Amino acid sequence: MPEISAGQQHYLNTRKKHRRIVRASRIAILLGFLFLWEFTANVGIIDSFIFSSPSKIALCFWEMLLDGSIFLHLGSTLYETIASFLLTMLLSILIAVLLWNSRKLSEILDPYLVVLNSLPKSALAPLLIVWLGATQTTIIVSGISVAVFGSILNLYTSFIGIDQEKIKLIYTLHGKKRHALLKVVLPASIPAIISNMKVNVGLCLVGVVIGEFLAARSGLGYLIIYSSQVFKMDWLLMSIVLLCIMAMVLYALINLLEQLYLKRI
Amino acid sequence: MEPILELKNIHYAYHSPEGETKTLTDLSFSVLPGEFVAIVGPSGCGKSTLLSIMCGLIEPEKGLIRLNGKYLRESTTNIGYMLQHDHLFEWRTIYHNVLLGLEIQHMLSARSREHAHELLEQYGLKQFEHAKPSQLSGGMRQRAALIRTLVLDPDILLLDEPFSALDYQTRLTVCDDIGQILKEAQKTAVLVTHDLSEAVSMADRVIVLTQRPATVTKVIPVTFELEKDTPMQRRNAPEFKQYFNLIWKELNHDA
Repeated sequence: MPEISAGQQHYLNTRKKHRRIVRASRIAILLGFLFLWEFTANVGIIDSFIFSSPSKIALCFWEMLLDGSIFLHLGSTLYETIASFLLTMLLSILIAVLLWNSRKLSEILDPYLVVLNSLPKSALAPLLIVWLGATQTTIIVSGISVAVFGSILNLYTSFIGIDQEKIKLIYTLHGKKRHALLKVVLPASIPAIISNMKVNVGLCLVGVVIGEFLAARSGLGYLIIYSSQVFKMDWLLMSIVLLCIMAMVLYALINLLEQLYLKRI
Repeated sequence: MEPILELKNIHYAYHSPEGETKTLTDLSFSVLPGEFVAIVGPSGCGKSTLLSIMCGLIEPEKGLIRLNGKYLRESTTNIGYMLQHDHLFEWRTIYHNVLLGLEIQHMLSARSREHAHELLEQYGLKQFEHAKPSQLSGGMRQRAALIRTLVLDPDILLLDEPFSALDYQTRLTVCDDIGQILKEAQKTAVLVTHDLSEAVSMADRVIVLTQRPATVTKVIPVTFELEKDTPMQRRNAPEFKQYFNLIWKELNHDA
């Protein structure tokens, strides 16, 4: 092991200290918030009927865990989110490739994509219910509709942003457009596709919850709407916490994918 | 001897909404087998366009190109092309970068892979076969790019300012290096450059182009009385300066 100089040691120590402070502060904020919530609810500073409390939420979770109903709701939302996420990625890569393949097509469709992308997709959900009925399909389509247009535009921009000289290289090797796509455009876009996935997984969750608000009999979105109507605030806040955790886990999974990719290259 | 490459009365213009830019006009020359021809001209005179036309990437508006006596479209003569930058793909190892052309042309076989290994060994990159391009120096990267072209066994090699992206010192060594590789392999090559000393140090013949719209103004044969005729040796020879000045004058007399 090489000798570590005093300067380097000092740098390493400062770095370690910095990290420790960041981590400790994060945990402290969470614990402080939970404590304050629990405490003020218990002594009656805030109304625990409206604001619930961490212990009530935990208890509620435990009860639903015991009767198994939580798995139904978690499962629905998770299934719908993953399905709409995968379909969004598939559709947007496919359409972005088509647009890349034909400049004419991309120029023709550009204004439509821009309008569809800026449209507030929650406005579409009631329409989807009428068209597709109050089914899981509606919810999945709702999830797709939130993410897919922005995703197409993003991917297309990254596809056409690839160094034209690299594509010229393929042609000088007597390759066809197909080779330019498979050997240059797609491999070079993997980082862009992964960062696109990170955005999409969150957006799909938004779309799925909107869909569940309107057209579901299970799922965390349904639970939120139902509990707000019957004033079961424990359920409502628990669902929000579970949504937070689900979003974090899905994001972490994509992060893991990115780490794997970076390690491979 | 029959020329391997023949260009006759080539015309080409770029079109944009603002108007037409005539790039090449009535341009003709030919290249003999085994010959190293350098094309020099003022910057922006359409040298790279000329190479793209020779390679069949763009069609000339008028004129014809023949390879080994056949029209470019029908020709089976294999053309290799080297770009300004190496464009090695970071997501492939050096070995897999070298195989790119073979993959595209469906020529991957045990024999062609073996050939790739041989070339990598011959040109000193064997130990970097499994390295990523970013782990190589600029000179080695350019050499890998050359192998990527050579592994397809081209009959004629087009070089589009292949050293211009390198720093000066690397440029001299890589120029010397690649000049010798091509000479030993007895490859026919056409080099496009704006660097006169590069042209004089490598070529058997220098073709001087005019400003846009470009046409051939002069063809200067370059011969050196050297025991070992390498680009580096040429740079130190007394004739070097004379050729340099001759081409310099040609380039500037219409300016």
